[in-house]
Formats: sequence, C-alpha cells, structure tokens
Amino acid sequence: MNVSDSTPAMNNLMGSEADSQRTLYPYVTGTSVVGIKYKDGILLAADMGGSYGSTLRYKTVERLKSVGKHSIIGASGEISDFQEIMRNLDDLILYDNMWDDGNSFGPKEVHNYLTRMMYNRRNKFNPLWNSLVLGGVKNGQKYLGTVSMIGVHYEDNHVATGFGNHLARPLLRDEWHENLTFEEGVKLLEKCMRVLLYRDRSAVNKLQIAKITEEGVTISQPYALKTFWGFSAFKNPTAGAEGSW
Amino acid sequence: MSQISESMPPKGGFSFDLCKRNQMLVNKGLKQPSFLKTGTTIVGLVFQDGVILGADTRATEGPIVADKNCEKIHYMAPNIYCCGAGTAADTEAVTDMVSSQLKLHRYHTGRESRVVTALTLLKSHLFSYQGHVSAALVLGGVDVTGPHLHTIYPHGSTDTLPFATMGSGSLAAMAVFESKYREGLTRDEGVKLVAEAICSGIFNDLGSGSNVDVCVITKGKKEYLRNYLTPNPRTYVSEKGYTFSKKTEVLHTKITPLKELVDVIEAGDAMEE
Repeated sequence: MNVSDSTPAMNNLMGSEADSQRTLYPYVTGTSVVGIKYKDGILLAADMGGSYGSTLRYKTVERLKSVGKHSIIGASGEISDFQEIMRNLDDLILYDNMWDDGNSFGPKEVHNYLTRMMYNRRNKFNPLWNSLVLGGVKNGQKYLGTVSMIGVHYEDNHVATGFGNHLARPLLRDEWHENLTFEEGVKLLEKCMRVLLYRDRSAVNKLQIAKITEEGVTISQPYALKTFWGFSAFKNPTAGAEGSW
Repeated sequence: MSQISESMPPKGGFSFDLCKRNQMLVNKGLKQPSFLKTGTTIVGLVFQDGVILGADTRATEGPIVADKNCEKIHYMAPNIYCCGAGTAADTEAVTDMVSSQLKLHRYHTGRESRVVTALTLLKSHLFSYQGHVSAALVLGGVDVTGPHLHTIYPHGSTDTLPFATMGSGSLAAMAVFESKYREGLTRDEGVKLVAEAICSGIFNDLGSGSNVDVCVITKGKKEYLRNYLTPNPRTYVSEKGYTFSKKTEVLHTKITPLKELVDVIEAGDAMEE
C-alpha cells in the first residue's frame, strides 16, 4: 500500500479546486512607486491609477499611506492585497499603542514585519501580490526600504517598484546625492514620474507626493505634471520618409 | 491539358516548411529554444546639423561576455550608419547586405544614397522573414533631404523619431533622453547627451557594458568616434608580470619571419586570360 504518495495537502494546493483559495494573478493593479531619502527625511511618489488589466479603471486610488507616527508606505500591484496589508498594519500599530509604554514602531520594525508577512505568504503559495516601499524617520535616523511579493527586501538611498526600477533608478543613480533639499527632492521625483508617464502604459497623470520627517507625515493633494509634446519632429514625423510612420 | 504546376528553381533563404510542425509541437507543450539576445544599448538623436548615433560595446552569449569591445555601429553608406541590437549575426548580415545593395544602387543612379532607401530595403527584408531575423536597428544619416533617424523592429515596422533607443538597456537610456532632450542641440551637447544615455545603459543594464562608441553624421561629413569613452578600464594588473613556469627547458630557438614566405608578383598580368 502506497502511503508515501504526495500528501493530500499538496494535491489539493495544486488542483483546480484549490485555486480559488490562493492568489494566481492580480486584477486591479497600481503601477510604480518611487522613493528617495533627502536632507530632512523621506519622499515617496506614486500616481493614483488602478488598472483593471489594460483598462485604466480607477483614477483616485491612494497608494501612499502613513503607518503609525514614523513611517509611510507605498504599494504597487494588487490593490485589494494592499488594503489587506493596511488592515494588518493598522492592527499592528493599534496593538503597539495599547502597550502605552512610550515606545512606538519605527520604520525598521514595520519593514521587518512586512518582510515576514510577504515571505510567509509566498511560502504558502498564496502571495500578497504587491511590491512595497517603506520609508520613515525615527530619532533622526532616516530609513528607506522595499519588499517584493516574494519577500526580497533591501534598503537603499533610493528605491522604486515595477517600471520605476528600469526608468527611474538610472536617473536616481546619476542625480541623487546626500542633502537634497525638499524642493530639489520633489523636482527629482517629478522628473522620474514624468519619464514614467511618457513610457509606462499604465501610468496616469495624477500623482501624490508623500513626505515624512521627524515632525510628521504630509501627503500632498493630487496634481498633474506638465508634459511636452511640441517637438517639430512629432508635428510632421515622416517629412523625409513618405509612407512610413 | 496545360501543365499548371511548373517546377520552380530552388530559391535560397529561409524555408518556412517546418513552421507548421513547430507550432504543433508548441501547442503540445514543447518549449522552443529561445533566440540568443546579445543585450545592448543603442541610441540615436537628431541635433541641429545632423544625426548622432551611440552604442555600447558588449556582446553577450547568455551570461558570458563574448566580446568586450565589439562594433555595433555598422557602415551602410558614407552618409548613413546603422546601430544594431538583437542577434549579432543577424544585425551584421542584414546591414552588410543592405550596404552592398546601396553601393550597387549608387553606381546605378550616380547619386548619394538616401536614408529612406536603406530604411525600405531593411524593413522589407525583415518583414519577409516575419521576425525570425532578430535585428532591431537604429538607422541614422544625412542626405539631400536632410537629417533622418529611424528605428526598425525585427518584424519590419519602423518609426521616425527625433530620439530613439533600442536593446535591453533602452529603458535606462530612454529615461536620460526623456528628461534631457530638447530641440536644436549643438554638436557637443548632442554627443554629451548620447554618451550619457549609453553610460546609463552600461551601468544600469547587465546586458550592456564596456565602452561607448559614438558616430556623428552631418552634411558631407561623418566622424566615427570609436571608443569615445572608456569608463571601464582594467584597474588591476599584477606588478610581477606573467612568465611561464621555470621548469620549462628551452632546447632550441628558431625564428621564421613570415613575410619571406609570400611572393609578390610585380607584373600584375597574372589574372588576365
């Protein structure tokens, strides 16, 4: 009698019935998040688009949220999983507040919690389909880190998710430096978001910038970036090559 | 009764006979071998007097760097150059072929080649091979109608653009172009921007690396700046030098200068009948 055949649990997990019990693919997704450290703290930028496949379905999705007193989180990927993560984080902060011991979770702790959560879900073949950016300031120490849906985590002076890795990180590697002022930081983030707007099909021209310093969190009102389409080559692109495009 | 089917002379080129069978195997679950992508950053931009092309110099074979300093900017005509990304053999072969066709055309017409001619020859060749010739090209040149810059994709579609990037490092290079390009750049500003875009590809993309090649084409003049920048020099060289193991005993030394073995026939009539 073969007792040692693949366990019922594994069979169930890989069968089609069990597929309704785990995330196979994302449905409503947010695109890139870009984050940088600057002189006084952290700046995060994300647009407000929630795509449903190839449709830009929702245009008022807030993908930047504050976590406790010391951190801000930005998420790309499945929006419903982000809402679940926020529920867990709010419970975590509440639990910490209940201790009422004068101490509160800083960005390092929240980042670690997120990493464990994402990695454990991935090990159970039921991931939270997000790439997260976590930034914060506590006791003068700035912290900026990222976690992916499979649990890959690291911290750096500038991070990005999704397309931001390919389009924004090269610009940040060239132009980021220690001691950016707030205006310079915002200008740099806007430069990255503009390139993403031009070249990422799921980007929308409505973004928010979140700032966190020792004083607290500010998430800006949504606004749009100016774009330039007035190249003379765009007006009459095939001037020298009739028939092509 | 007329013979409808004539036996066609055997034609060269790609034979599509096995495509249906390959598709059937893929439908049954066979994983097709993928094309060897060479990993590249190539860019082009139009400035006030002409066109500037740029390329990195790394050729990869999977995870290995096969050639540290290859040439990706190919000659098409004295006033037209073409950068190639994708399978190296395909880009070489297709640019060489069209370059020869352009030369013959120049002899036939007695005029300078036009960029649209090269464009049409390349795109119709690539289209007829339905994307199997894996060559993604940035074609640039200056002819009587002015400066032109085009991108050509492996399936045969083309774009006419003021600035373009192709290859695995194209996103890193495009980020630089989108944030810094403007109309009416001077030659030095243009070269600087192209070099910056290629460096962005070299340092941020694993498929691109080594040096920066630049080619500036203006009316009546071209400057091919091979290894314009070398930002990846070999930094460590052992001071001790390299010698063979001392156990090797030299028995006999004979040096044969190779030039003596070649007889040069001065009379020149050898080939005529």
